[in-house]
Amino acid sequence: MSTPMLEVRDLHVSYGGIAAVKGIGFEVAAGEMVCLIGANGAGKTTTLKALARLLPARGAIHYNGHSLLHRPPHALIGEGMTLVPEGRGVFARLTVAENLDMGAYCRRDRAEVGADLDRVYGMLPRLKERAGQLAGTLSGGEQQMLAIGRALMSRPKLLLLDEPSMGLAPIMVQKVFEVIQSVAAQGVTILLVEQNARLALSVAVRGYVMESGAITLTDTAPALLDDPKVREAYLGE
Amino acid sequence: MDTFIQQIINGLVLGSIYALVALGYTMVYGILGLINFAHGEVVMIGALTALTVIKLLANSGLPGVVVVLLGLLAAIPACMALGFTIERVAYRPLRHAPRLAPLITAIGVSIVLQQLAMIFWGRSYHAFPPILPTTGRDIGGAHIMDLQIVIVLLAAAIMAGLMLLINKTRLGRAMRATAENPQIAGLMGVNINTIISATFLIGSALAAVAGVMVSANYSIAHYHMGFILGLKAFTAAVLGGIGNLPGAMLGGVLLGLIESLGAGYVGDLTGGFLGSHYQDVFAFFVLILVLVFRPSGLMGEKVSERA
Ligand SMILES: Nc1ncnc2c1ncn2[C@@H]1O[C@H](COP(=O)(O)OP(=O)(O)OP(=O)(O)O)[C@@H](O)[C@H]1O
Ligand SMILES: [Mg+2]
Repeated sequence: MSTPMLEVRDLHVSYGGIAAVKGIGFEVAAGEMVCLIGANGAGKTTTLKALARLLPARGAIHYNGHSLLHRPPHALIGEGMTLVPEGRGVFARLTVAENLDMGAYCRRDRAEVGADLDRVYGMLPRLKERAGQLAGTLSGGEQQMLAIGRALMSRPKLLLLDEPSMGLAPIMVQKVFEVIQSVAAQGVTILLVEQNARLALSVAVRGYVMESGAITLTDTAPALLDDPKVREAYLGE
Repeated sequence: MDTFIQQIINGLVLGSIYALVALGYTMVYGILGLINFAHGEVVMIGALTALTVIKLLANSGLPGVVVVLLGLLAAIPACMALGFTIERVAYRPLRHAPRLAPLITAIGVSIVLQQLAMIFWGRSYHAFPPILPTTGRDIGGAHIMDLQIVIVLLAAAIMAGLMLLINKTRLGRAMRATAENPQIAGLMGVNINTIISATFLIGSALAAVAGVMVSANYSIAHYHMGFILGLKAFTAAVLGGIGNLPGAMLGGVLLGLIESLGAGYVGDLTGGFLGSHYQDVFAFFVLILVLVFRPSGLMGEKVSERA
C-alpha cells in the first residue's frame, strides 16, 4: 500500500493541563472520504485544529509524506490542505465575492482562479446571486455553502470539514452534503467531522469513532452503520 | 474678516491632519485591538526628521517647495522604519499577553521616544524656515493660504488612495479579513505578521505626512508635540468609531472644526472670560461626551470586548 495522504500517529493535544486528544492515530488515503464521528466534546474539533496547526500538538502529522508539526498555519493552504472550520468562519464584513477571493489568496494563477470561481458559482448558484452582499447577512446554510466554496477556491487536495451540518435545517443539510459529495467525486480527499453519524457514514467510505479524546472504533462506513455499539450510541437506536 | 468662514477653513486644515493621524490609531486598533499610544510620537519624529532635512537644505538654493518635499521624503521612510520596529520589538512579543500589558507598553514606548527625541533634538522649539510661499486667497471675507489648500487636498488624496488600497486590493482585503478574524485569515494563507507589519508601515507613513503638515502649518516643531496631537487624533478616532476607517476621517475633520469654531467663539460666548487658548479643552470635552453618550462612536459598530 502506498503512503496515505494524511497520516496521524499518537497525536496529543491539551488545553492548559487538560488533555483533549489522547494519542490518537488515523489515516486518510488520497481520493478517500473518511469521517470522524463522536459525541459533543469528544475532541473532533480539537483534532482538526491541531491538523491545521491552530493548536500546539505532540505526535506525528504527516501530509504527503512530510511532517506538518512545525509548519505555520498559513503555509498549509498552499500545500493543498484546507480547513472549513466549525461554525463556518466566513468574513461577515466582506462580501461573498471577497470571501471567495480570500480562498484564492495564495494563488498566483489568475486565469485559473477565474475559471474556478465560475465553477464554484456553477455549483453554488445562490452565492452568485449574492456575490455583492456582505457575508454576515447570509443565512446559516448559505454561509456554510460560502465556507465550502471559499475552501474550494484554494484548489484543495485535502479538505477538512468540521460539522458542515451544524445548525442547519434538514433540507439545507441535504444540499450541503450534495455539494460535499460532488466535491469528493471530483477527486478531492475529504476528512469529514460530524456529530450526525448517520449522515456522515452514508457519504464516507470509512469512519473513525472518537470518544473522550481517543479513537475507539474504526471500520468501513457500512460496517459501522451496522455495528450495534454505533447504532446504540450514535444512531439513536 | 468673517470669523465663521475663517474658523471653518482653519478647522478643515487641522481636521485633515487629525484625520491622517487618527487613521493610524484606528487601523492598528482594528487589527490588534491595541491603542498604539506611541503613534503621536511617530508624528513628532516625522516632523523633526523632516525639519532637520529642511533646515539643512534651506539655504541650498533649491526652491522651498522642493526642500519641503525632500524633508517629507526623508520623514516617510524614517517613520515607517520606526513604526515597523515598534511593533516588532514592543508589541509582537506581547501579542498573546493580557490586554493591559501592550497598553502599558505603548505608553512606555511613547515616553521612551519622547525622551530620545529630546536628547537628539533638544528641548527647544524648532522654527520651520520661512521657505514656503505665503501666498493665499480671500474667500467670503476669510483668508486661506495656498499651503492650507495643499494640506487639505493632499490629505484628501491620500485618504482616497488609502480607501482604494483597503477596499480594492489583495492586501486591503487581507487586512480587512485579518481585522475581522485573524485565525481564519491565517487558514486562508494570510501571514498575519506581514499584515500587521503592513498596517504599521502604512499608519506610520500617514503619520510622517501629518507631522510635516503640522509643522509647516504652524511653523514649529518640538519633541513633545506628539503627545497632545496624538491624544487629539485618538479622540477623533474614538469620535468616528475606533476601528472604522471612514469614521476616523470623519472624526478627524469634525474634531478640527469643533476645536476651531470653539476657539473662535469661546471668547464671545464667555464674555472674554475664556480665550482661544482653551482650544484644547474642546477636544477632550468631545471625548468625554462621546464616551458617555455614544461609546461606539459616530460610525462604529458595537464596541467589542476583545480579550
Ligand atoms: N479552548 C478550549 N479551552 C479548554 N478546553 C477546551 C477548549 N476547546 C475545547 N475544549 C475541551 O476539549 C474537549 C474536546 O472539545 P472539541 O471541541 O474538540 O469537541 P468536539 O468533538 O468538536 O465537540 P462538538 O461535537 O461539540 O463540536 C472538550 O472537553 C472541550 O471542553
Ligand atoms: Mg466540534
